Amino acid sequence: MSIHPPAQRVWWKQPIDKIEAAWIGLALIWCLILFAWMPYWHVFGKQNLSTESYKTSTTAFEKKTNDMIAKYTVRKEADGQIPVVAPPAGSNVYLAASKWAWNPILELKKGESYRLHISSLDWQHGFSLQPVNMNLQILPGYETVITLTPTQSGEFGVVCNEFCGIGHHAMLGKIYVKD
Amino acid sequence: MTQHNHSGDAGGEEVPFMQRLLDNPFQLLALGVAFPIVIYMVWGLIEAVTIPLAP
Amino acid sequence: MAGNSFRQCPTSGLYFHRSAESLMKAHAVMAVVFFLIGGIFGLLVMLTRMPSVHLLSAETFYMALSIHGTDILIFWIIFFEVAVLYFASSTLLRVRPAMPGLGWLGFLLMLVGSCTTTFSFFRGNSSVMFTSYVPMPAEPIFYLGLILFAVGALVGCFLFLATLVVAKREKTYQGSIPLVTFGALTACIIAVVTIVMGAIILIPTFLWSLGLIPNVDPLVYRTIWWGLGHSSQQINVSAQVSIWYAVAAIVFGAKPMSEKVSRTAFLLYILFLQLASAHHLLVDPGLSTSWKVFNTSYAMYLAVLASMVHGLTVPGSIEVAQRKKGFTNGLFEWLRKAPWDNPVFSGMFLAMIIFGFIGGITGVVMGTEQINLIIHNTIFVPGHFHATVAVGTTLTFMAITYFLIPVLFRRELILPQLAKWQPYIFAGGMVLLILFMLGAGTLGVPRRHWDVSFSDAVLKFKFAGTAITMLGMAGVGGILAAIGGGAYCLIAVGSLVFGKRLDENASLFSSFGFPMSAPAYKVSQPDQLAMSPIESHGSGSHAAPGTFALALVFLVTFVVYFFINAKYLSSLWHMS
Repeated sequence: MSIHPPAQRVWWKQPIDKIEAAWIGLALIWCLILFAWMPYWHVFGKQNLSTESYKTSTTAFEKKTNDMIAKYTVRKEADGQIPVVAPPAGSNVYLAASKWAWNPILELKKGESYRLHISSLDWQHGFSLQPVNMNLQILPGYETVITLTPTQSGEFGVVCNEFCGIGHHAMLGKIYVKD
Repeated sequence: MTQHNHSGDAGGEEVPFMQRLLDNPFQLLALGVAFPIVIYMVWGLIEAVTIPLAP
Repeated sequence: MAGNSFRQCPTSGLYFHRSAESLMKAHAVMAVVFFLIGGIFGLLVMLTRMPSVHLLSAETFYMALSIHGTDILIFWIIFFEVAVLYFASSTLLRVRPAMPGLGWLGFLLMLVGSCTTTFSFFRGNSSVMFTSYVPMPAEPIFYLGLILFAVGALVGCFLFLATLVVAKREKTYQGSIPLVTFGALTACIIAVVTIVMGAIILIPTFLWSLGLIPNVDPLVYRTIWWGLGHSSQQINVSAQVSIWYAVAAIVFGAKPMSEKVSRTAFLLYILFLQLASAHHLLVDPGLSTSWKVFNTSYAMYLAVLASMVHGLTVPGSIEVAQRKKGFTNGLFEWLRKAPWDNPVFSGMFLAMIIFGFIGGITGVVMGTEQINLIIHNTIFVPGHFHATVAVGTTLTFMAITYFLIPVLFRRELILPQLAKWQPYIFAGGMVLLILFMLGAGTLGVPRRHWDVSFSDAVLKFKFAGTAITMLGMAGVGGILAAIGGGAYCLIAVGSLVFGKRLDENASLFSSFGFPMSAPAYKVSQPDQLAMSPIESHGSGSHAAPGTFALALVFLVTFVVYFFINAKYLSSLWHMS
């Protein structure tokens, strides 16, 4: 039994049962398919996370964000508190997470690509684009850069899905996508 | 539980390498510590500290 | 040391050494205490996430969630696992435990550490969740408690290894250690790595909280911390699998289908299981694709292979044993006629099925590098680990408790009818909770979130109505699971206090290290442990077609669920 020492002194040479061997074979094949799927998707899939990222400082990132806001703000929302920014296609777009807001609101065009830079100005946050359901971890001092191409138009929420203190549940941003 | 007629009880037959490895807790401990520390942690930390500064 | 320090359990035939027994009892009792605390706060968390109840204030909710996570994922689990280590070494090898005095020191450290950290939560300034991501600060005593606890657990690990050395030197067994002890060794090795990584990151973080270090890098923190946070749950996997083998042996007299296959599978755990800490870092900045792919896949899914092997060999060995008893009709008579009203079996078997079908499959799918994009930090994640930890591990520990109460604590189980139903109530509630959490997570609902209606937010966003309904349904499952968990605490604690003593000379105080009264211990070092009886090998005596059929169902489910998620991923906005 499993709670006793094995019956033979040398158990390594015992033959393996057919069913066990068959299962090990099947399971191994599936494991290798799972493994191969990831590189496959890097080549053929359209949703891959870039590994382009930089160390940055919160002040430097805040400045870049504010520069972009100053340049491309089209209107303000929420009683003039939050700028809505419509950057040109292909440009560098900055999104700053802080307790407890995403700044600014972005207005993008469907089918166009943007270089989206995201970072945090204080604690860790989670970028969760809803209802698309795309989720990234955002760290202070690190700038994540992704090339993003919206494929749907409409109004999307940016939820924070990393706990960031008492106001966490009120941290909500927005992205508009126009046709 | 009282049957006793175990093949190779008193040695004689050579124990294969893999069984000797599996019978040695401290070799397993060394491997079990080395693998994750090197493949996961050290490799991961090298990547983390070599991230370039933002232009 | 040579005195009459052993007793033989009349029902199980197992030998317990006086000092190992007290250590096991102390650790098991503290485990249940923390299960109770963590469980109560889990219920409060669930009642807050049910939109129709929304019980706690935001501040209390985040505190409750921090207590629930830490007390269950660390304290309940690891106290119990150290008890398992003493059992798997001293009892199964019939040997005195090495340095029991040091064992008590380890216990004391764990006790002080766990109480300190839990106390820091109650003070209200350390609601930083189980993960305590820097730079969000907690009070220094929060980190200090975790460090003390880890050191205590490390002492338990080294005493396990030392006890193996003693047994070998005193020749209490011949040949190799039992498979269950080998599984416990796997758990012990993983625990050592877990604690080492924990120390590497928690000690600087503690110094940072004292103001002695200017800052701790968040990415470095996350990388090393998950070597603690995720690996600690891999200790569970190894411990619970060895308990499955133990239950198969105790209840059915089953022997492993192949020592070689089962031990090699444990070796794959030792080498690769902990690489899966990378699952938490798949959408983090800066880590390369090759690091992510290699680590998230446990080096080409070799640890997944190991779990799939255990998933076949445990029920397979039960099937072989049952078929030998004459339950040979059709594919599943052996399973139908299993002792479903014995909670030791039903708890273990439900734990195994739910762990594999729900916990295992969701774990691999969300740990796929790109698929993680649609799952990271959604409530899908706790859905997954409630299947692995709250059912896989916890229900397994519950099942073995029903064995340990008479055998280790020498008490008759109170409320046996309730005990019979308890695994079903707990598992049923958990499955509801888990499936609806997975569902809501698939629709994007975040974890660790007080209010998904965003009523306090400046901007507005509404989740799909189905997602909100699913949170409510999950709450119903959570309440049912809490009833099952409460029943377990009632039976476990009640049996220790009110259960009929199976030996009049025993007293409850023995649990806390007071010497046991002498008459229970009549035996000195028992005879050398016999090897298992030899049986013929080869496919004839080892046929387990029913298990193979179940395994094929599992594989098909796995493949289908994986490609459903890949399809979902392909519908996302394009990114590169």
